[in-house]
Amino acid sequence: MNRLLGILQKELDAPFDVAERVYPSDIPSCVVPRARFAEAARLLKRGHALLAAEWAADETVFGRGFGVYACYRFGGEYLLVKSELPADDPSFPTLAKRFVPAYRMERQMHSLMGVVPTGHPDLRPWIKFEDWPSDAWPLRKGFDPLRPLPRVAGEYAFGRAEGEGVYEIPVGPVHAGIIEPGHFRFQALGEDIINLEERLGYVHKGIEKRFESMGWLDAVRLAGRVSGDSTVAHSLAYCLALETMTGAEVPRRAMWLRALFLERERIANHLGDIGAICNDVAFAFMLYQTMRLKEQMLRLNHKLFGHRFMMDGIIPGGVASDIDTNGISAILAEMNAFEAEFEQLVTIYDENSSLDDRLRTTGELSSEEARDLGVCGFVARASGMNLDCRVQRPFPPYDLLAVRPSVLASGDVHARAWVRVEEVRESMRLVRQIISDIPAGDVRRPLQRTPVPDSTGFGAVEGWRGETIYWLQAGPSGEINRCMVRDPSSLSWIGLERCVQGNIVPDFPLCNKSFNQSYSGHDV
Amino acid sequence: MIRIGRKILRTGIRTEALQDSSTAEIREIGAELRDVIDRHFRGSLTIRQVDAGSCNGCELEIHAMNNVFYNCERFGIHFTASPRFADMLLVTGPVAHNMEIALRRTYGATPPPRLVVAVGDCGCDGGIFGRSYASLGGVDNVIPVDAYIRGCPPTPAEMLSGILKVLRGAGIRT
Repeated sequence: MNRLLGILQKELDAPFDVAERVYPSDIPSCVVPRARFAEAARLLKRGHALLAAEWAADETVFGRGFGVYACYRFGGEYLLVKSELPADDPSFPTLAKRFVPAYRMERQMHSLMGVVPTGHPDLRPWIKFEDWPSDAWPLRKGFDPLRPLPRVAGEYAFGRAEGEGVYEIPVGPVHAGIIEPGHFRFQALGEDIINLEERLGYVHKGIEKRFESMGWLDAVRLAGRVSGDSTVAHSLAYCLALETMTGAEVPRRAMWLRALFLERERIANHLGDIGAICNDVAFAFMLYQTMRLKEQMLRLNHKLFGHRFMMDGIIPGGVASDIDTNGISAILAEMNAFEAEFEQLVTIYDENSSLDDRLRTTGELSSEEARDLGVCGFVARASGMNLDCRVQRPFPPYDLLAVRPSVLASGDVHARAWVRVEEVRESMRLVRQIISDIPAGDVRRPLQRTPVPDSTGFGAVEGWRGETIYWLQAGPSGEINRCMVRDPSSLSWIGLERCVQGNIVPDFPLCNKSFNQSYSGHDV
Repeated sequence: MIRIGRKILRTGIRTEALQDSSTAEIREIGAELRDVIDRHFRGSLTIRQVDAGSCNGCELEIHAMNNVFYNCERFGIHFTASPRFADMLLVTGPVAHNMEIALRRTYGATPPPRLVVAVGDCGCDGGIFGRSYASLGGVDNVIPVDAYIRGCPPTPAEMLSGILKVLRGAGIRT
């Protein structure tokens, strides 16, 4: 029995339906009356649930109005709570007063779908820019995605701070480095940051709308390009959602290879970030060392799987390439060499007093704040939250691998770096275990059928950055009606805003690097 | 400190020598690239990278050009924070509608003569994102482009070889 569903059944003061045709079957979904949407959130908050995602779907093609969905999480349990809104009055009570993640997600729903969260404190556009026509709601079915958007006049109203000596620093969208675009607006007094406001959406490419014009099998390539550094996590989450909708049986060997890809992606990205954090405090030695290890790893990926980031390596029904005994011994040799080298670097990191001085107590995000903000992934684990889909909701083969999560309490830049040190160690162990225990057999089995009309699927994967969620809905003729993408960045970006308060401006790049959230994954 | 020194010495120089590079492209193009940059850019080709809507895959590979194996600085290739100092813009992504103005301004802030290179399948023609309300497609739909480096994403070696082709294409020869 799902604990969260039990809370609603016991306490929600209204009858509601438990919906059918939701896959996988262990993710219950219920439809509550619109007026009870926020009440359900209140009860679930009291039951210690987190809000993992909130989104809307245009269901006029089924003769209904709009559906708003809230996905709650408690440990390894998920619960989808849906309310149906009439097409001529698409409003619903806001969840932002209970759950901080709803604050931006509802702005996004309001901007892109045109549904109205009543009682929301701030309905400035999000991802949509103020120079779009106000009635341009791209996720609605009547919107023509191929027609270019005209520009209208408008200006984004940033929060302001006033007082003697207070000044503003606008940064971006084009940043001083090889990174993605976004805008940061600081209010500072001397060196101290009073407030930071993020404004994202610059790399919005209309990905969710693009999904709706693609076939189920082709669309995995698009999922693999939502955020290039997390291509494995995204394509896997998409495939899990699709496979549960079609009742596909993925060969066991393919599942193990998927885990191998996921752990290799984790190691490569963590290595790069550990180095980059050190480089931001002028300890370039570490960057060059970790980038060397990362490059070796990418080259082996290329040799074994045909792509340095293993893009398009995961396909619906399995994986695109197999590994032979030579490949396994190559990975084993790589892990042997890496483990020794990595431990040398960790010792150097640990003994370096300059790193200690710069990284500790910088950019602190307390456990209470992390929980309030609802962050996920390594950001959450560095702030005392034990959240890891591989542990709490293990999909095969993680049920057999027994992942040991790393959780630290201090929530500073050091904790976010050190959680990754521990995760690299754990992932190296997992890679060894995977290549030693991997079962024989096929690596793919074509899907036997396409999704049933008006059915939905759900996939959640712990990528290197955190929990990555896909929710798919099949349209009246079995096509993609809606694909909701929830990159971990959509939750964790807001943690950066909070953690820099009271820090000095020159430490911002360091704090930002320790989060390293995806702009593209957030902006979709 | 002793550990750092020891690690540096034990690691040695890992930059791939041009003669025996495991990456054939670098062996072929490296010498020529250095020669062109020495002659025509006084040893220093300065690049401003602009992400106009990329998925960040291309950024990872542009970063990798700076790692010890490729070490693009030995050819005189530097990345700058400001377009004012740039000889070349390396533009990735399909151009997002929301990045169009920023891209035009960055281009305007780069002093001519300037070279613009569209990087990645998306930068070349919009790639999988195509043209839509949110994506303007390839970089050349927004600013003039001198050369294209295809790939999803192009590898660091393909990137270096692409840059050489740009210099050749712009009439800059050894």
